[in-house]
This record gives sequence, structure tokens and C-alpha cells, in this order.
Amino acid sequence: MIPSVHAPLGKDLIGLEGLSADQIRTILDTAEPFKEISERRIKKVPVLRGKTIVNLFFEPSTRTRVSFEFAEKRLSADTVNISSSGSSVVKGETLVDTARNLEAMKIDMVVMRHGASGAARFLAERIPSNVVNAGDGRHEHPTQGLLDLLTIRDHRGKIEGLRVCIVGDVLHSRVARSNIFGLLALGAEVAVCGPRTLLPVGIEQMGVTVFDRVEAALEWADVLNVLRLQLERMEGGFVPSLREYNRIYGVSRARLEAAPREVLVLHPGPMNRGVEIDSDVADGPQSVILNQVTNGVAVRMAVLYLLAGGAPDKAEAAKQGGEA
Amino acid sequence: MSDRPILLRGGRVVDPSRDLDGLADVLLDDGRVVAVEAGLTGPDDARVVDASGLVVTPGLIDVHVHLREPGQEHKETIATGARAAAAGGFTSVVAMPNTDPVIDSPALVGFVAAEGRRAAAARVYPTGAISLGLKGERMAPMGEMVEAGAVAITDDGHPVMDSGLMRLALEYARGFDVPVADHPEDLGLSKGGHMNEGLVSSRLGVRGKPNASEDVHIVRDLLVAEFTGGHIHLQHVSTAFGVESIRQAKARGVHVTAEASPHHLLLTDEAVEGYRTEAKMNPPLRSAVDRDAVVEGLRDGTLDVIATDHAPHHYDEKERAFDDAPNGIVGLETSVGLVLTHILGKGVLDWPTLVERMSTQPARAFGLPGGTLAPGSPGDVTVIDPALSWTVDPAAFVSRSRNTPFGGWELTGRAVATIVGGRFVHDALAG
Repeated sequence: MIPSVHAPLGKDLIGLEGLSADQIRTILDTAEPFKEISERRIKKVPVLRGKTIVNLFFEPSTRTRVSFEFAEKRLSADTVNISSSGSSVVKGETLVDTARNLEAMKIDMVVMRHGASGAARFLAERIPSNVVNAGDGRHEHPTQGLLDLLTIRDHRGKIEGLRVCIVGDVLHSRVARSNIFGLLALGAEVAVCGPRTLLPVGIEQMGVTVFDRVEAALEWADVLNVLRLQLERMEGGFVPSLREYNRIYGVSRARLEAAPREVLVLHPGPMNRGVEIDSDVADGPQSVILNQVTNGVAVRMAVLYLLAGGAPDKAEAAKQGGEA
Repeated sequence: MSDRPILLRGGRVVDPSRDLDGLADVLLDDGRVVAVEAGLTGPDDARVVDASGLVVTPGLIDVHVHLREPGQEHKETIATGARAAAAGGFTSVVAMPNTDPVIDSPALVGFVAAEGRRAAAARVYPTGAISLGLKGERMAPMGEMVEAGAVAITDDGHPVMDSGLMRLALEYARGFDVPVADHPEDLGLSKGGHMNEGLVSSRLGVRGKPNASEDVHIVRDLLVAEFTGGHIHLQHVSTAFGVESIRQAKARGVHVTAEASPHHLLLTDEAVEGYRTEAKMNPPLRSAVDRDAVVEGLRDGTLDVIATDHAPHHYDEKERAFDDAPNGIVGLETSVGLVLTHILGKGVLDWPTLVERMSTQPARAFGLPGGTLAPGSPGDVTVIDPALSWTVDPAAFVSRSRNTPFGGWELTGRAVATIVGGRFVHDALAG
């Protein structure tokens, strides 16, 4: 089976680092016509009919896996889900053997989540199928970055020139890295805010401003992307207590109201209500968290379509019944 | 093993132990150096080698290798490691004790020594663990291990975190005149790390080990060595601050020797880009500032020896996601070529200083015979073709493993003969 390679993206989507502004815009623009499919009564188009996609999840995930699965099914692909807690090494089979076994069953694409940074690239270099990174360790989660970009663009009309601050555990966050690379490529100004124990070394050298206090970040920002605080970070000693985290870094109604601008609030989920984000913010008028979830399906459809060789300008036509 | 006498004729003999650097002949007989001078004629049965255009040095010594036996023979054995050493131009290697079981008793030291002799390639000198089972708790029987042939004690790969144990080891070792070799790494500061902490690790999303994790431990070791008067040998120094700390300690008279590895002399953490597991080692490849400081430390003698930290791993073990892959690269068969091309070739060291760092000083630091061509010393000689161009081909390694970041590198200069005890153990001489 000859893998489909399409110039706008190449064989795989491993990360947003290294993608050009044009490539990212192409994905976002391609997502636009796909949004409408999910609004139909019959949510299915034959764009990926006959393609086999394996969703290979080495870490537990509900939201991302389901979002990919909807995207695949609505494009009429045949899908198989493989979930395994713990790494493949723990189970005794190496990642490369898992990949070769799948490959031997003649598949077209692999969507993979793995606990080790670099795992997606590792896989992509070893199999001819298209590989979509659904999150690798602390490295990247490119489709999350893309759906964040699309959601911001939907609500602000543009990305360029916007000030976006990522709040929370940037150190362990693949979402943060994909956001930083994508936002910078599209001309946004990017800042991070969080306890210094949860910010990566040298982050300023990536062209990012650092705020120690969330109040200062809110003075500056147009958009806030609030990251989940994994509960194990507290056990790991990175922060002394969840209560302290909420009091100092939590995004609250009062803090939002004190900001000079109407700030858009994103969160990649799943949320810890009352820790990094208060419920009245999450459920409030500035929150676009559920729009992110909706856009996730459209962005993933666009990525799958483009990797399968679909032409960006043919997406609308493909939707009507043609194939990619 | 008294083979035919050997007469190396007309080579450039570089022997810093006797301040020699010039054209001369070298005669070996009965396992020993007989004479080094111009115009020698050997006995009738001597094998005469035309060494014109070649460099003849006292046998090169690598004081830091992992031969994996007993326990991990799928990576390397004492025999394959000793042969890889010979192929790379080394006449002696010092084997680390972090095997399975750990070399922490005289019987196991004896096993390594015996297997080394049986290999009949490069000489293999055993070391013993500082602590029983490398657990960092109680001292292993150092005196008995030294009697059985251990030339140093070390918990290499497992830093001695308990400063009290390090004190005892450095004090106790004084009675046996062996160095205490330490892998300097504060495990609290490096916890969870898989590469150098810096911009590259932040971009790749790989947890890093900060320079400070090494610096803290180097300074601790230097201070403990200073007040005990013991001999600390610091392995694979990789940080600028570490080099400077050793420089200052030497100026104060602390008994310290230290290593530079070829990979820390030549590479930075950028080699990890693309999650290349063949560039994963411990200590990790660091910044360009650190690399330059290691080079300068080697040049000015702060770092006494070049040692490879030869660390073979089976390809399956490196063919993994970065975090899951083991640390270490093989080094025995690339060290000479890399150092000649990129250290000597770039004018960092001249020939006599290079031979000091790879032969004279390793012998002195670990109390090994050799490191000199003085008449009567062991007939250990390395013959180097300084003009030979070659490409690193891991598939052609004598070692059982191929894990190197230097595959495909084009190098100039290679050992063409290795002679141990007056016997060729590697012979790629033309004709």
C-alpha cells in the first residue's frame, strides 16, 4: 500500500514546531468546511472511505481518542482502537514491534498517544503509514494546538498580534509546547505564567514572556489558555498544595473582572474545577472551552484529510461525495 | 608468550615519559621493550616493520570501559571488548564493576582478570566496587579486591551519594594506593532526567539534568578528597564549572585526576535533536560552552586523561523511545580517530601531549605498568597511521555493539597495529 503524501503537510503530523504559518493556516482553513458536517442530521461523508486508521493509545485518554474517532468515522474511515495503560515496554513488546505488526495488517494511518516524548516521531520514521501525534510525553499535542488556534481565530477573527498567555504547568505540558510553536508561527505574542517549578528552563529563549503572577498576566493578555494541573505534580513536590495553587495561580471570576480587557478563556480539559480554574469562569461568558471540543473534531478531520492526500481547496467538494 | 622479536623501524616515536619525539627504531623482545634508538638491528628472527610515515607510541590506555561480563554478554564480553580495544589501538583497558553480579568481591575481580588474560587481546584491568552491590551503603572488601588485581575502586554509574561513605572510601583507599573513581552526579538534582537541561530539552519535552547536578557532586568529591588526602578520580567531566573546580583544586594540591571523553570533547546536546538515542549518555552531552571548557581542560592538563566510557548496548535496547533507551555509547574503536582528527588535527594538543593524555597519564593515575617505552617496560606499543582516511562504519566494529553517534564520520588517523607484551593483537599494517 503506497502511503499518501501530500505536500501541504508531508507524511505525518508530529508537531507544530517547524510548520510554516502557511501550513498551519491551510489546516485551519481546511477545518472550516468540515465544521458543518457535525451539524448535519447524517454526520457522514465518504472522504476517507476504504482507509484503515488505527488509534493507538498507550496512555489513558477519553476526550482526544473520542474526538479522533468521531473525526475518522464521520469521514467514513475504518477504525480500530488499541488502548494499553503503561508503555509497550512494560508489556514486553517494543513500540517498533507493535508498529510493524500493525503495518503488516496493511493500515493507512496511525493516531498515537504515548507517554514518551519523541515516540510519535520514532514511529513515523519506521513505518510508511501516515502518523498523527495525539500527544507524546511532554513534547507536543499538535491537534490540540490547532484546535486552540482555530477557536481563538473564531472568536477574535485573527491570531496575529494577539497576546496569549498559557497559565499553569507548562513544564509537563505537550499542549503548551504545541500552542507556543503554533501561536508564534502565526504572529501572536506568547507568555506563560505559573510557579517557576513548572516552567521549563530557557523558556524565554523560545520567544516567550514569563509572568510570575496571574494578575500581571491578565493585565497583559487578550487570551488565556489555562492548563490542567495534574494532581501528581503536587505529589511530586512541584507545588506545596492545591489550595495554595488555586489561591495564587487559579483563574477566578474576580481576577478576570479586574482585567482591563475582556479576556477569552481556553482550557484543554479535563478541568480540575476549583484548582486551576474556578467553575464560574469555566461556565462563564468568556469561556470557549466547549467550542474547543467542537472544533477538535473539525481540525482532526482536516488533518486526516490532508495527510490522506486531500487538496485543501477541494475539501468542500470532497465533502459532497468525492473521495480524497 | 614470547613470540618473535619485533623491530619497528623508522617511525616517529612519541614517548612523553622520556621526552622523546623523533625518528627512531623500537625493538621488542621477550614481551618487553628492549631499546628505542636510531639504527637498531634486531635479531635475525625479528619481524621487521617499516614504520616510516607512522607514529609509534607507548600502548594507549583507556581507564573507563564497560565490558558487560558477567551478566550482559549480549552487549559485550570481556573477550569481545578486549578485542575491540585492540582494534582501536588500546593495549590496556580498565573495566568498570557495574556488571551482574557486581564486581564487589576478590573472586569476581579474579574472574575479570582471568577472562581478560584468556582473551589475549588488550590487557583488561579489573576494578572493584566501592560499596557492596553498588548500593552506596557499606564498603566492599577493597584490600582483598586490590590483592586480587583491582586497580581502582568505583561505583561508576551509581554516584556515591553518602558523603560519609565517600570519606571512608577515600581514607581507606590510601592504604592500598588506588584511586577512588566517582561518577559525579547528584541524583536529587538529576532525578528523572534523560538529557542535558537546557533549551533543547525544553523544546523536545525531555526532562533534563542540570549542570549543577554534576557540579555539586564534583565539588563535594574535591572537598572530601582534600581533607582525607585520598586520590579522587573524577569520571567523564562534562561541565565548565566542573572543569574549573578541578583546576582550582589541583592548584590547592588536592590529589585529583579526571577524565574527558571523546563525545564530551566533540558534541553538544544538539546531537540529541530528533530524539537520537545514540546520543543519549550519562553525563549527557551539554552546551557548546561546556564542550569548549572540556576541550580547554584537556589542553591545559586539568583533565589528565581521555577515556571513552565505552558503554555497549544491544541495538534493541537503543531502538526505543528516548526516555526508555539506556545511556551510553561505544567508544573503543572511534576514540583514536576522533581525537586525532578533531583534537590533534585542530591544534588543541600536539603529539606528545596527546600521548600523555592517552597513555602516560592513564598509566600513572591508575598505577598501571606501561605508558612508557623505557627499556625493560612491558612491550605494549600502538602504531598509528596519522594520514589514513577512513569512515566510521558501525557494522564493521569488533565490539559486539554498534551504538555510536559517530557512524558515517570521516576521520583521519587510525591505529594500524597494537602490540601487547611483544605480540600483535591488532595488525592492519600494509604489506
